[in-house]
Amino acid sequence: MSKEFLTAIPDGAAGTTADGSLPVRQERRGNVLMNKEFLAFIAVAALLAAVPFTFGSSITFIAMCLAKGLAVLGILILLRAGQVSFGHAMYFAIGAYAAAFLSSAFRGIDMMVLVAAAILASGVAGAIVGVFVTRYRGIFFGMINLAFSMVFYSILEKAFHITGGSDGMRIRRPTLLGMELRRAEFDVAIYYVILVFALLSVWLVWRYLRSPMGEALRAVKSNETRLEYVGLSAKSVLLGGYIASAVLCGLGGVFMGMVQGLATPEHAFWTRSSELVFIAVLGGPAHVAGAFGGTVLFEAVRTYAAALLDDSWQLILGVTLILIILWAPGGMVELFRRFTGRNRVKTVTSGEAGR
Amino acid sequence: MTLNFAVLALLDGIAYASLLFLVAVGLTLIFGVLGILNIAHGSLYAIGAYVAATLGQWLVANGYNPWLTFPALFAGATIVGIVLGGLLERLLLQRIYAKDEILQLLVTFAVFMILENLQRMIWGVQPYFMSTPLNLLGNVSFFGINYTAYQVLFLPAAAIVVLFALRHFLRHTSMGAQILAVTEDREAATSIGINATRVYFMTFVIGACFAALGGALATPTTSLVTGMGANMIVLSFAVAATAGLGQIEGAAISALMIGIARAFAVYLSPELEVIMPYLIMVLVLLIKPNGLFGKVTARKI
Amino acid sequence: MKFKALYLGGVLTAALSAATLTGAAWAADKPAELKIGITTYSSGSASVFGVPARHAAEILAEEINAKGGVNGVPLKLYFIDEGAGLETLMTEYRRLVEDEGVEVTFASISSGVCNKMAPLAEDLEVVNFMWDCGTQRILEDDKYDYVFRTQANATPEVLAPLAYLLKANPDFKTIAVVNQDYAWGRDSWEIFSNALKIQRPDVKVVAELFPAFGAADFSTEVSRLQALKPDVILSTSWGGDLDTFVRQAKQRGLFETSKFVLPLAESSLQRLGDDLPEGVIVGARGDHYFLHPEMRDKEKFKTFNEKFKARTGEYPIYSAAHMVQAFAALEAVYDKAIKANGGEWPTKEQVAEAMVGLEFQGLGRPLVIREDGQAVEAQLVGTTAKRDGYNFKVIDKMELYDGKDLMAPVGENSLKWIAKFKPDFLSKVPSTSFSHK
Repeated sequence: MSKEFLTAIPDGAAGTTADGSLPVRQERRGNVLMNKEFLAFIAVAALLAAVPFTFGSSITFIAMCLAKGLAVLGILILLRAGQVSFGHAMYFAIGAYAAAFLSSAFRGIDMMVLVAAAILASGVAGAIVGVFVTRYRGIFFGMINLAFSMVFYSILEKAFHITGGSDGMRIRRPTLLGMELRRAEFDVAIYYVILVFALLSVWLVWRYLRSPMGEALRAVKSNETRLEYVGLSAKSVLLGGYIASAVLCGLGGVFMGMVQGLATPEHAFWTRSSELVFIAVLGGPAHVAGAFGGTVLFEAVRTYAAALLDDSWQLILGVTLILIILWAPGGMVELFRRFTGRNRVKTVTSGEAGR
Repeated sequence: MTLNFAVLALLDGIAYASLLFLVAVGLTLIFGVLGILNIAHGSLYAIGAYVAATLGQWLVANGYNPWLTFPALFAGATIVGIVLGGLLERLLLQRIYAKDEILQLLVTFAVFMILENLQRMIWGVQPYFMSTPLNLLGNVSFFGINYTAYQVLFLPAAAIVVLFALRHFLRHTSMGAQILAVTEDREAATSIGINATRVYFMTFVIGACFAALGGALATPTTSLVTGMGANMIVLSFAVAATAGLGQIEGAAISALMIGIARAFAVYLSPELEVIMPYLIMVLVLLIKPNGLFGKVTARKI
Repeated sequence: MKFKALYLGGVLTAALSAATLTGAAWAADKPAELKIGITTYSSGSASVFGVPARHAAEILAEEINAKGGVNGVPLKLYFIDEGAGLETLMTEYRRLVEDEGVEVTFASISSGVCNKMAPLAEDLEVVNFMWDCGTQRILEDDKYDYVFRTQANATPEVLAPLAYLLKANPDFKTIAVVNQDYAWGRDSWEIFSNALKIQRPDVKVVAELFPAFGAADFSTEVSRLQALKPDVILSTSWGGDLDTFVRQAKQRGLFETSKFVLPLAESSLQRLGDDLPEGVIVGARGDHYFLHPEMRDKEKFKTFNEKFKARTGEYPIYSAAHMVQAFAALEAVYDKAIKANGGEWPTKEQVAEAMVGLEFQGLGRPLVIREDGQAVEAQLVGTTAKRDGYNFKVIDKMELYDGKDLMAPVGENSLKWIAKFKPDFLSKVPSTSFSHK
C-alpha cells in the first residue's frame, strides 16, 4: 500500500486533480478556483521540496509541523461533520507506539514497514472505537473520545514493563528501502517521505471531502434525517470519516515518533487532543491548507515565543485563538481570503465553524 | 482484615470524592445552565488553591491566629470565583453564547492555556504548601489507623453542605428559580421578565466559586504544582459525564463511585488506580450515553 | 520507485557534503566564545532541581569568565527548558548545536530526557555531559563516543542507602516502597529490591506502590501503609511528590511506626523544615551536602556556598553540586586536551578523547571518568537530626562511601553484577563515619 502511495505521486497528482470530479453544483466556480488552487498546491509543494537545499537547518522543524499537520487534517474531516473529538491524540500515540514496538523488536526495520504498521494499527483501532463512538454527537462525541483516550493514556503510563511507562519508548532509526542512514541523511530522507505523504494526504482528503461521501459527511452536521432519506446511514458515513481521521492521526504519530525517535504517553494526553482541535480551528476548517498553516503558526509560536517573553507560548497562543474565534471564525484561511480579497460571501457560507 | 480494609478504603474514597465533587459540581452546574463545558474550570481550581495558599501563608507568617487560615480558604475561593469568574463571563463568555458549541469549548481551552501560563508567571513552578488547617484539626483513629480529621470529617462535611445548600438555593430561592427557568427554556423565561444575562452571570460565578473552593480546600492536603489544573479538569469531566452533564446530585454519587473505586484499587491492585475513573466513564457512557442520571435529549435533527 | 531512490541518493549526498564542509571549517580554530548548551527544568515539578542548578551554572560561568574564561576563551551559556516538552527541547537542542555552534552540552536532569538526548548527541557528534540524570542503563546498554556522565548513576545512589540501612537498622523484616511511576522510580526500586533479596532473603516486600508522577495526594497510600505497618518504607521520590508524601505521612503518624529511607531527601531538607522528622535515613545522589564533613572548611566550597546563598537565599542542594561537577569536568577536560594538543585549541574529537580517565573535583570528593564514560562519585548517606542554628533538619551520623565499591565494573550490567553479591557484601562496604558538627 505504501509503495503505491510513493509511486503514484509524480504523475498521479497532476492527472487526477484536474479530472473535474467535483460535485456538479460547484463546478462552475470550481474550475477556475481549482486551477488556481492547484497551482498554489504545486507551488507550495515545490517550495517545500526545495527547503533542504535552501533552509537546511529548518527541515526538522518543518517535518514535525507536517507530521502534526497530518493529524490536524484528520480532525478537519470530523469538523466537516460538525464533530470534534477530544481524544484523537490516542491515534497519534498509537502510530508512534506501533513504530516503537516494531523498531525495538526488529532492529534495522524499514521505515515503510513502520508507516504501514501505523496505518494499520490506527485504522483498526479507529474502526473498533469508531463503531462505539459514532453513535454520539456533539459534546457527547467529544466526551466519549476523551474517555477512550484517557483510558489508553493511563494504560501507556502504567504498563511500565511493556510501554516504558511515562518515559515512553525509544524508536530506533529505521532503514529506508534497505538503506542504512546516518543522522543527517535520515533527517533529509524522512523529510521527503513526510512531505510526500502530506501532499498525498492533502490531495486524498481534498478529493474525499468533495466526493459523495464527503458531501454526506457535511450532511451529518446539517441534516442527518435528510441523509437517511437518501438511503445513507449517518453512522456509517461518520464511521468512514472517523477511520480516515484516525489513520491520518496515526500517520502523524508515526512520523513525529520517527523524527523525535520517541513515543511517549504524553502524545495521548487530553491536552494534546485539544491542541489538535485548537490548531484545526486556528488554521481554519474550511480548507485543507488551514491544517498545515495552523500547525506552522502553532509550532512557530511555541518554539519562538520564548525569545519574546520567557515561558509565554501558551499565553500568546491562547490569546491568538480567542481573537481568531471572536473576529475571524474561519481561521487563518478566512483571514487569508479576506486579505487576498477573495469573495467574502463565499467564505462566510463555507466557513465551517462560522455559525 | 478484609472488613477493616473495606472500611479504610471507603474512608479514603469518601475523602477523595468530596474534593472531586466540589470541583465537578461547579462544572456540571455551568454546563446545565449555560450549555458550556468549561475547560478553564481546571485553572480556576488551581488558582483558587494558589490564592488560598498565599493568603494562608501570609497569615501564618505574620503571626495571626492560625485558625484564621480556615476563613482564608473560603475567602480565597470566593475572591477568585467572583473576580476571575466574573471577568471571564463579562468579557469573554458573553460574546460567545451564540456560537457553535465547539467554538465555545475551544474558547475555554484557550482561557485554560492562558491561565496556566499566567499562573506559572505569578506563582512560579516551585511547589506550594499550606497545611495549617490540616494540622489544626488533628487526627482521628479508625481500627488503629490515623486519618486526618480534615480529610475524613471536614471535607465530606463541606461537600455535603455545598450539595444541600445548592439544592436549597435552586429550589427555594427566587434566584434559584430563575436559574432553573432559564435552564428549562431561555426564551420563555426571558419573556416572563427574567434577566437571562444576569442568570448566566450568576451561575458562572457560582460555578467558578466552587472550582476555586475545591482548590482552596485541597490546598492543605497536597503540594500545589503546575499541571494540577489539567489533571483535575479531566477527572471532574469524568465525574460530570459519568453522572450526566448538568446533574448535581448525580455528580455527588458518581464522585463517590469514582473516589471509592480508586481507593479500592490502591488496596487491591495499585496499578489500576489511575485508570479507574476513566474506565468507569467509558463503561457508563457506552451503556448510557447521557450518563447515569442524565435525561435522554432529543436527537439533533 | 527507482526514480525515488535515485533522487533520494542525490539529496543525501548533497546534504552530507554540505554538513562535512561546514563541520571542518571551525574545527581547531580557537573560538571567540566557548558555547555551552544546558538542558535543565525551568518549569514543571522537576524545576526544584533545575532552578537551583541554573543558578549554580550562572554563578560558575561568571566566576570562570571573571578569570578570563577557559584557556582565555569566555563561556557563553544557553539554557533549554526540559519542562517544555520533548519536541521543543529536541528542536532547540539541535538548533543550538547545528546553528549556534554550541561545542559542549550538559543534558539533562530527567532520565527520560537523557535516554533521548544521549543518542541525539552521539548523532550530532557533540560532547555531552549527562550531568544529573540517574538511569544506569544508557552507558551500560550502549557504547558512546561523545556522551559522558559527570556524576554517579542509580546503582551506587541506591546501594549506598541500602548499605547504610543494613548497617544502621539490621533487624527489619518487612519493607514497602512508594516510588514515582517513571524510569527513575522503577529502576531504582529494581536495583534496591534485587540487592535486598540477596543481602536479606528473609525480608518480605509487603507493598509496591507506584503512584503517578506528580500525584497530588497520597492519603490512600498512607492508609494502606498504616494498615500494613512495614518496618521500613523506602521512597526514592523527590520534589513536590516527596514533600507531599512526607507531610501526609508525618501528619498521620506513619513515621512513628516505620523507619523511612529517602535516598533523595537531601534536596527536600530545606523545604520540608520541621515536617521531616528526626531519624530518617536520607541520601543525596552523591556526596553532596552543604555541610560536607570533609569539604566544609575548604575555601572553594565555602565561597560557592556563600555566593549561592546570597543569590538564592538557600543552601545549594545536590543538583547544584552536580552542575558544579559538570563545570569542573569542562575546565579540566579543556586543560587536558589543550595540553595534549600542544597548547592548541582542541577539536571536539580531542575533547571527547580527553574525557576518558579525566580527574576533576566539584564540591565533594574527587571524581574520575571511566573508559565507559561513567564517572565514579562518592556517596553520602546519613540520618536526619534537629540541631541548633538551622530551622530544618540537618544530616547526622553520616557515612561516606567510595563510589568504586558500589558500582558495576566497566562493561558489566548493574543487575547482573548485583546478582553476584555475597550475602554480607553491602553491610561490609567500607565507609568513613562523621557526625554533625
